[in-house]
Amino acid sequence: MTLYILRRLAGFLVTLLIAAAVIFLLLDLLPGDPARFILGINATPESVAALRLQMGLDDPAILRFGNWLLGMFRGDFGMSQTQKLPVADLIAARMAVTLPLTLFAMVVSIVIGLPLGILAAMHRGKPLDTILMVIAQAGVAVPNFWFGMLLTLLFAVILRWLPTGGFTPWHENPIAAFRGLLLPGLALALPQAAILARVMRTALVDVSTQDFIRTARAKGMTFGQAMWRHGVRNAFLPVLTILGLQFAFLIAGTIIVENVFFLPGLGRLIATAVTERDLVLVRSATIILVLAVSATMLIVDIAYGFVDPRLRERGA
Amino acid sequence: MRVTKSLALASAGLLLATSLAMAQSTEIRVGAPLEPPALDPTAGAAEAIDVVVYQNVFEGLTRIDQNGAVQSGLASEWTISEDGLTYDFKLHDGVTFHDGTSFDAEDVKFTFDRILAENSVNAQKALYEAIESVTVVDPLTVEIKLSRPDGLFLFNIGRGDAVIVAPESAENNATQPIGTGPFAFVQWDRGSRVILEQYGPYWGEKPALTKATYVFISDMATMTNALLAGDVDGTYNFSAEALPVFENNPQFKVLVGTTEGETILSTNNAKEPFNKLEVRQAMAHAINRQEIIDGATYGYGVPIGSHFAPHNPYYIDLTNTYPFDLDKAKELLAQAGYPDGFSATLKLPPVNYATVSGQIIASDFAKIGIKLELINMEWAQWLEDVFANKDFDLTIISHVEPFDIGIYANPDYYFGYNNPEFQALNETLNATTDEAKRKELAQEMQTIIAKDAVNGYLFELAQTGVWNAKLDGMWQNAPVEGVVLRDVHWVE
Repeated sequence: MTLYILRRLAGFLVTLLIAAAVIFLLLDLLPGDPARFILGINATPESVAALRLQMGLDDPAILRFGNWLLGMFRGDFGMSQTQKLPVADLIAARMAVTLPLTLFAMVVSIVIGLPLGILAAMHRGKPLDTILMVIAQAGVAVPNFWFGMLLTLLFAVILRWLPTGGFTPWHENPIAAFRGLLLPGLALALPQAAILARVMRTALVDVSTQDFIRTARAKGMTFGQAMWRHGVRNAFLPVLTILGLQFAFLIAGTIIVENVFFLPGLGRLIATAVTERDLVLVRSATIILVLAVSATMLIVDIAYGFVDPRLRERGA
Repeated sequence: MRVTKSLALASAGLLLATSLAMAQSTEIRVGAPLEPPALDPTAGAAEAIDVVVYQNVFEGLTRIDQNGAVQSGLASEWTISEDGLTYDFKLHDGVTFHDGTSFDAEDVKFTFDRILAENSVNAQKALYEAIESVTVVDPLTVEIKLSRPDGLFLFNIGRGDAVIVAPESAENNATQPIGTGPFAFVQWDRGSRVILEQYGPYWGEKPALTKATYVFISDMATMTNALLAGDVDGTYNFSAEALPVFENNPQFKVLVGTTEGETILSTNNAKEPFNKLEVRQAMAHAINRQEIIDGATYGYGVPIGSHFAPHNPYYIDLTNTYPFDLDKAKELLAQAGYPDGFSATLKLPPVNYATVSGQIIASDFAKIGIKLELINMEWAQWLEDVFANKDFDLTIISHVEPFDIGIYANPDYYFGYNNPEFQALNETLNATTDEAKRKELAQEMQTIIAKDAVNGYLFELAQTGVWNAKLDGMWQNAPVEGVVLRDVHWVE
């Protein structure tokens, strides 16, 4: 078992190192001088040179890469070149928006998506199934930012129940903070709910033709009882996979919705940093995301090892 | 400590808001399309910085008013020596920075020494290079000596790049700006807003507003919704295509004013075939200004025929130098040796006026045989490719610096125009202080570059602000970058 964990751990570190090298290289190759971007078109060449020196842009690439790795080893992700604040602080502040938003959107999409998927599967081939699946199809096809704009128009511009966007920090007014996340959360959740409903329905339909359902029916259960006791649990496996993917997507992939609702989230932070060529911020933010995903996978792998002895032995 | 302070201020603001809700509001929420990367106007070119802090948080010795005229700022008065080389500034007494430290001549010296230092990162350092020395005469008098006369000196020291900063706080102005202005910085929620509050001990006339919040909204549709829902009280320069929503709405006022932005089809004069005068003239004849203005600015731009702002007293109308005439354009191209035209690239920065103008120009140029490939770019890439490396044929850009015709006297500038006659005129202009003579020179310079068709002269950008109809005192024009809140107030 120890060997298995060590091997997984080594794989984790190698993944991080490769990711760091790729991120660093790609950003370094990106055309555009960060110093020139900050100083604009009227800056003298001397000012640009002075700023490049101040930002440490003139050091050799290998030295900057080494310094970055060493810094991270000590838990120091560097200072943002344009905002002049520690990257870790900037990311932590954005997480206070992105994490609650993601969790809220996940919960809403599960609460809406799963029951509808189950309902459709139970009424497979009947009009209700068709209607639900047409709606879900539309939900998958409609982009979330467009949902967002419609929601804003109705609830913020016409009814004026909620703000059009923006975010009040939690410590200032938690209720206002939550109100600010309501519409963007819904906008993110609805398309995800549509996907979940479709996956849930398909999974249930697949399971319903399995032998163990027939056996359960043979034991005297109704189809509904059989599905509830044995079907739903089995159908959850593909649904869980999709949920995991959705979570990763929501954490980093909410840039457009953040723009529509002018929320200070992680996606917008990274997008702005790319525009401004704040290379330190972009690469550290990206590597933190890589770290988060790889660490989750490491934990899952190790957990699998505990649960499933076959994996353990194959690993060793 | 900082958190506690901003918390206390925030709750004080909240109390203030509730007690004032009955009476007239003294707060404003301004929508801004871009968030500044930092808040130090002396260490960055981003307009977004000046929008928040210029004349609100920071002030200079002079200040520019909304018509572009120079007014007194932290200097109450000044005298200029006969030869135009020595300026004596008398400073206001009793001025304090927002951290409580006092303002005096040492701060002025510190500010200019910092701009001119070897390791200066000021985005406009070149504007101040005529300064030879800054001497503290007494705590309220400063003498600035120039190495050559500079007709724009008083204007330039009134810009955001030369606001007075204190040695105690200058280092942290990027994140914690400390100035002498009527509003003090309170809080910056990154990615969402900056909050300013009236500075009680302000030396000058108190502004009507007690609190100003800049809300950063980049999406145009979202800004429209936020205005309609009343989540922001106005925005200083809104996309022209969205203005019809507000023009006939009595709850809003649309302020259309001037800017210093000459929008031009920048042409690489140092490169084949654009080094041929006939080719540039042919392109000038193929530019349909009105069509471009209607398409790219919804009719709000003002046509220009040279690199000069139409509202400037020195302006002359040169829009008819090369009138829209495709036959004439073809003829000129043939004369230049390109009877079948040629292919070229048009590199476009990520701004709406450029992308739309680019499409219109490309379709008109195609009619005379010039096939343009449109290449859309990010700002950082545009700055490097076009501006720094001069790797381009054509581009479209608005030059927003006031009175910047002098860029044509720099042969190393990105569009590569090298005309000794023009360079000599520019030198004479810089050394001339007589108004009538200056006007004559400036008009001659406008005419030369118009006739040389150095660049395609398209239009002067307009400033189109949308504000709550009950707000008054906003700047209609944008002679310099900034949203000055000094005179803004609510009326019933």
